[in-house]
Amino acid sequence: MNRMLTLWVSLTLSVLLLAGCSSTPSGDRQAGADVSEQSTGAGGQDGSGASTSAASEGAAWTGDPLENPNSLLATRVIYFDFDQSTVRADYLDVISAHADYLAANPQMVVRLEGHADERGTREYNLGLGENRANAVRSLMMAQGVADNQLVVVSYGEERAAAFEHNEEAWALNRRVELVY
Amino acid sequence: MKKFFWVLILTLIWLPSVQADLTIEITEGVEGALPIAIVPFGWQGAGRPPVDVSAVINADLQRSGRFKTIPQADMLSRPTTAEEIQFKDWRALDVENLVVGQVRPQGTGGYEIRFQLFDVYKGEQLTGYTIPTTAPNLRATAHRIADLIYEKLLGIPGAFATRVAYITSVKQDDGTQRIDLNIADADGYNPETIVSSTEPLMSPAWSPDGRKLAYVSFEEGKSAIYVQEAYTGRRQKVTSFKGINGAPAWSPDGRKLAMALSKDGNPDIFVFDLGTKKLKPLTRHYAIDTEPAWSPDGKSLVFTSDRGGKPQIYRVSAYGGPAKRVTFQNSYNARASFSPDGKLLALVTREDGSYKIAVQDLDSGIMQVLSQGSLDESPSFAPNGSMIIYASKAGYRGVLAAVSVDGRVRQRLALQEGDVREPVWSPFKK
Repeated sequence: MNRMLTLWVSLTLSVLLLAGCSSTPSGDRQAGADVSEQSTGAGGQDGSGASTSAASEGAAWTGDPLENPNSLLATRVIYFDFDQSTVRADYLDVISAHADYLAANPQMVVRLEGHADERGTREYNLGLGENRANAVRSLMMAQGVADNQLVVVSYGEERAAAFEHNEEAWALNRRVELVY
Repeated sequence: MKKFFWVLILTLIWLPSVQADLTIEITEGVEGALPIAIVPFGWQGAGRPPVDVSAVINADLQRSGRFKTIPQADMLSRPTTAEEIQFKDWRALDVENLVVGQVRPQGTGGYEIRFQLFDVYKGEQLTGYTIPTTAPNLRATAHRIADLIYEKLLGIPGAFATRVAYITSVKQDDGTQRIDLNIADADGYNPETIVSSTEPLMSPAWSPDGRKLAYVSFEEGKSAIYVQEAYTGRRQKVTSFKGINGAPAWSPDGRKLAMALSKDGNPDIFVFDLGTKKLKPLTRHYAIDTEPAWSPDGKSLVFTSDRGGKPQIYRVSAYGGPAKRVTFQNSYNARASFSPDGKLLALVTREDGSYKIAVQDLDSGIMQVLSQGSLDESPSFAPNGSMIIYASKAGYRGVLAAVSVDGRVRQRLALQEGDVREPVWSPFKK
């Protein structure tokens, strides 16, 4: 069950990643910053270059990059494995995109809200949620985000996203939410 | 061993001013409970008495699991004074002890409760009192009488005239949660909300004199520890450092709060002096150190730490120094607290993937699992050490449950609406 959810999350994420890549010239490192420059066309990358496809991909995004639904920045929740506060490899690109955006926009502040599933004691889970938020914070700081742009708050298990008592709900609750 | 299984819905109340009505069920009883008859008390006022005092006493003793009360329907006679008692009527029912009494109005709004406890076989009075009280205090006086009977017959003080604090979470019509910190009588009656918030409230802790509660509130968008006078509502913010401000625990003298703070990067145990406002670090480790609890003599504390990889209970002197691990059975042990005599730890342990309440004997190190749920947490000893109240799950809701320290008596306190959690039993009234 848990594996199915992980799979689902990974698939969703892959779609997001693909969407992100298609709108940026080199989707690995500069994703977030590049989106804000709005200098590239998605359609141009694959050579077939029909302007219609470029338009439908939202490549000409002119609004706030944080609002771009096709950007990696649109992913605001990082999920974690049971009893773990290590960021999973499949989220490194998302965190990297946010870090680039924050580094390029030093006036921006993000709250990193750490959460845990309901299993185990409440105060220990507060610590676990904070560890998760701190793991995201460390990765972002390593990419040049300033300390005062990152506010860590742990809610432990006090603010569940899903209320059932099963693996699916627990997987949705073990998370760090990025709140701009 | 033969066990009696029975379910008794003892109480069901509706208080229009509050949404919290509690149902108390005894889900498992114990062989060897003492047979006792609480004869309905005489009433010498007009109309009906505002509170059925003998029914409250009856429910308390029954709920403790240590007594088997005789149903009214089985009683051959209904004496309300010593003179009216025919002891043979009660010997015929194998009743060992008998309580008779009367309630009479006294002055304006006052009452006088008179009760006597008898040994049926000796035909002797064991104890008896006449207690003046008032209408709002009738239930409290009934609980005190139950305490006196319990202590006379079992040799340890009863804990019926005590209170329980707990957190409730109720979903509002607009989809948000309302989180309340509440106090109710130990039998679930007279619930009162003392803090209400749209942000999380957690970790309530009674001061040793039973007059204040420390708790964690996220009302300012991050955790902070508050101390509030339970019966005046006056409160002060104690700490709101960067990071976690959690797990407040009163020292037995009521002068200090141990707590978990992550202001230096990760949660460590600190001791805050409420008088001098000075903060002293007690542990320093890169792991999560949290959930401190004081020993009754105030000389040491236990706390949860995952410094060994998984959460386990450690003990440290109140004056600092190295911490020593005390739990070794099972891979997850957390939120320990001392029994009033300091001999046992109640804690949460993970066994076969389920989180259960257990007690560990500190001398022998032997752990006994007491609860049967899969997500049980927040154990709290009754002040007489007889029972442990804790939070459990029933379907999608959080409910409160209690179990005797020997694991043989269980009961459930279910709120009709919303999620109930983090019960903490008050100290004896002082």
